Amino acid sequence: MKKIIDFTVKENRTLNADTFLLVLYSPELPEIKAGQFVNVKVEGSVSTFLRRPISVHNVEPEKGLLHLMIKIAGEGTRKLATLRPEDKLNVILPLGNWFTQPQSGRCILVGGGVGVAPLLHLAKELKAKGMQPVVLIGTRSEKDIVLKDEFEKYAIVYYTTEDGSYGEKGYPTQHPVLKEHFDHIFCCGPSPMMKAIAQYAYANGIDCEVSLENMMACGIGACLCCVSDTREGHKCVCTDGPVFNINDLKWQI
Amino acid sequence: MADLNINLNHGLELQNPVLTASGTFGYGIEFQDFIDLECLGGFIVKGTTLNPREGNPYPRMAETSSGMLNAVGLQNKGVDYFIEHIYPRIQSVKTNILVNVSGSTISDYAATAEKINELEHIPGIELNISCPNVKEGGMAFGTSCISAAEVVKAVRKVYHKHLMVKLSPNVTNIQEIALAVETEGADSVSLINTLLGMAIDARKRKPVLSTVTGGLSGACVKPIALRMVWQVAQVVKIPVIGLGGIMNAMDAIEFLLAGASAIQVGTANFIDPAITLKIKDGINAYLNENGFKSVKEIIGLI
Repeated sequence: MKKIIDFTVKENRTLNADTFLLVLYSPELPEIKAGQFVNVKVEGSVSTFLRRPISVHNVEPEKGLLHLMIKIAGEGTRKLATLRPEDKLNVILPLGNWFTQPQSGRCILVGGGVGVAPLLHLAKELKAKGMQPVVLIGTRSEKDIVLKDEFEKYAIVYYTTEDGSYGEKGYPTQHPVLKEHFDHIFCCGPSPMMKAIAQYAYANGIDCEVSLENMMACGIGACLCCVSDTREGHKCVCTDGPVFNINDLKWQI
Repeated sequence: MADLNINLNHGLELQNPVLTASGTFGYGIEFQDFIDLECLGGFIVKGTTLNPREGNPYPRMAETSSGMLNAVGLQNKGVDYFIEHIYPRIQSVKTNILVNVSGSTISDYAATAEKINELEHIPGIELNISCPNVKEGGMAFGTSCISAAEVVKAVRKVYHKHLMVKLSPNVTNIQEIALAVETEGADSVSLINTLLGMAIDARKRKPVLSTVTGGLSGACVKPIALRMVWQVAQVVKIPVIGLGGIMNAMDAIEFLLAGASAIQVGTANFIDPAITLKIKDGINAYLNENGFKSVKEIIGLI
């Protein structure tokens, strides 16, 4: 069941120049599956009219804590970056579908930039099931790699940077680890990266899910603004997604 | 508790004046986690056409100052799908459920309305002659008195329950259009649909919407909507349903004062899915605080 909850900000941690981590508390925190998102109300920003959809980075159910990793992309997220401990934040959650968690096989989680956000929750759940997920993180530069230790708690982590300042130089698709045998790929990041990963998965017959980020107004399947073109026509990223199997999308791969 | 009951005539009696605007409330089901649908005056489901429509390509929305543009383009699975798959899921909800009907030709409108006429638990339709996001039909019907009259006349022949007609604000004289549809047998008029607008991404030097133009809604359109509701309420005898930028109870009360007998909440549902019932409670509180026994006492006070 979806809820509207006023969370209390417990922590706002700056991760780098344009990314921050909000840790929110509510005793009513509902169950959230890896891949789901929340829709956050931005107060006190004149130019921000609608809520901001944010993927769930991590949850600590026993403590009522919700972690959101947010990149400053405009006025709304800039305002969210100014939140202080004890501030309130109105959130609608949990929204959307979730990653299909396999019972067996090798999984690689590929994240680009702030697209890594929902992959921590997934890595944590896969690890809890006794699997050993591999995470591949691609960023522009070393300074864009955030919460490295968190990911390394749950997965074997590999890195690519476009400038070669950390890990392999280049894009995630160029990392040698990808050539190893994997049964499942889960991917979230910029569209060109997800399409390149989807192309690789398709060519090699690997099951692959991607998490999309379209502009949306409601987040609950009412406005029909966030659609993606699928083999079954236009589908809402907010309710039929954000997670899609690449075989269902009409991507040229 | 003040009396919030409103009779819109021809079989449409509301327990309170709060309705939801088509296209902002899905099929009601999407909001069941947040509110008790049976506490609404009613809800108006997504624009329905004779045949399925895929709608316009993404991107279909842009956030603007105190509002948003949309260019959804009447995406829906068609009236037969609605009757077979959606109606059975909502027919037992004890409130007024209206279907917003749209089309590309007069015969499409009439055929869709005729099918919905058979649905026992749908007491009315809202005829959408004002959608700005479709290439053919839609707003084209609602921007001239002759075509607005023609489509209402054709639908009136086959539709025997409450016929609400949703008017476009993209006209020179909205009073003339309202009078034209009243003459042809409309039971009520709802206004305003969205205003034609546009957004540009200067960094990319491109329009934001795939369709270049779209429909503007949200808080920013309220003064225009209020003005038009007031103008129309001056000249028609049928009830006027006011909408356009209602974000809270005080906004809704302003529309009632301007002459609306009921109101529709639209874009505000996106920001707070529980806003409709807060607005209903707010109207009640306003009436109590100001010594009114019934909501009817404030309709058209301006």
